Amino acid sequence: MAKVLMKGNEAIAEAAIRSGCRHYFGYPITPQTEIAEYMAKRMPKIGGVCLQAESEIAAINMVLGASSAGVRVMTSSSSPGISLKSEGISYMVGSDLPALILNVQRGGPGLGGIQPAQSDYYQATKANGHGDLHLIVLAPNSIQEAADYTSLAFELGDKYRVPVMMLADGALGQMMEPVEFKEVAETALPEKPWATTGTECKRKKNIINSLFIKPDELEVSVNERFDRYAEIEKNETRAEEYMTEDADIVIVSYGITSRICKTAITLARKEGLKVGMVRPITLWPYPSNTLAKVAKTAKEFLVVELNKGQMVDDVKISIECSRPVSFYGRTGGMMPTPEEILEELRKIGGRIE
Amino acid sequence: MTTKILIAGFGGQGVLFAGKAIAKMGMDKDMQVSWLPSYGPEMRGGTANCSVIISDDEEIGSPIVNIPDILFSFNIQSFDKFESTVAPGGILFADSALISKKSDRTDIKAFYIPATELASKNDLQGGANVIMLGKFVAESGLFDKDEFIDHMVSSIPATKAKLIANNRKAFDIGYNYKD
Repeated sequence: MAKVLMKGNEAIAEAAIRSGCRHYFGYPITPQTEIAEYMAKRMPKIGGVCLQAESEIAAINMVLGASSAGVRVMTSSSSPGISLKSEGISYMVGSDLPALILNVQRGGPGLGGIQPAQSDYYQATKANGHGDLHLIVLAPNSIQEAADYTSLAFELGDKYRVPVMMLADGALGQMMEPVEFKEVAETALPEKPWATTGTECKRKKNIINSLFIKPDELEVSVNERFDRYAEIEKNETRAEEYMTEDADIVIVSYGITSRICKTAITLARKEGLKVGMVRPITLWPYPSNTLAKVAKTAKEFLVVELNKGQMVDDVKISIECSRPVSFYGRTGGMMPTPEEILEELRKIGGRIE
Repeated sequence: MTTKILIAGFGGQGVLFAGKAIAKMGMDKDMQVSWLPSYGPEMRGGTANCSVIISDDEEIGSPIVNIPDILFSFNIQSFDKFESTVAPGGILFADSALISKKSDRTDIKAFYIPATELASKNDLQGGANVIMLGKFVAESGLFDKDEFIDHMVSSIPATKAKLIANNRKAFDIGYNYKD
């Protein structure tokens, strides 16, 4: 298929439809409302459902219900709305239900602002709800990746029976770039023998539930899920390495910020600074092995994010504090310029001479 | 070569459309392109702008244009804010019907087109953005004239023949305009 010029939000919605998603439940919030608009236009024409719920809490519980019935389903929101969905997300994890949950992040805390941010990193990777849980967290950095990882999110969710979060931001949601869609055949959707689709008196009934009153039973259920998490960590960890082979300074950055860093790296290399980047694509599972490998030859790390340094600890743990790790970021909806990042790189360059 | 373009004015002047036309043209010529709008309350009558980057030889890093090679300015606010940020050797296109100031920079090329006035004189209300695109294509040397027009109107359904004709007319007025 030919390339089309599309906004990130629209491309994600289209990719979801092409991946067999026929159910969308959401509640409007800037900067991701185009997704609901797109779904409202397209879903009725293809026999799908787009429903604007009365709240984010209602929407996520509709997602829980639809997923229980075995269909591909998604919801989307932006930071404050994702907080509201947290309870439902935890219930979905506890019920082993796949779905795509998209967070087009904006500045926080509270109502915050509406401009791009990455300040929900902790929430997405550490505790998007209560209980022992993880979500697979995907962080695209272009519109093409946003479309591709939408398909991947549905595949991984179904494969491992876990909710998948895609962590985007206002800039990725609003910007347009060329995108090419992959068609997924409807017949390629996996069987879900666990779904509550009606027994027709032919099989034992399926039960979708996250309540286990007996502690020993709950422990078994959580342990079984953590076995799957171990499989996910083994098979699904993704990262991009960019010019790390000879790099003295390695930037660690994801999403839209990683692109600003690429421009900064080009500028730094022109000045003779050997800079590279590790870009985590899965924020959970975290690409610790890639960072540990790079730390063998790198001298210093610089984490760059649109927050106050939420990923720094993950980098330090990954490299077991074997190299200095510093941080540069903007927050509240502000974006750094490549020149600001270059200035940080110069400071580090001066130190390691 | 990578060209960074900033298009700025009021919401409703077709700032975002002009950027999209350039980005789409670039894409259809197999270039790398990105289009990033300002968004939020400023879209409702306030200032609006968009960053467009086109490149025929490299992946686009930051999609934000801080130092434009080409600036379109459709109001005095954006002129005051962005004129000083144009890269040396860059080009400024200003709607002189709405901006009485001139740039005193000697390291950039500046073109003053009374686009809003030309649009209303020729019964092309809302066509100032396309008039400016015409001048942009004439002066920037980035795209072929006929190719650009054909691509720009290709997204308009054939049933809206008048709209297609008006866009072609507006583009020609800008393309042929001399200071």
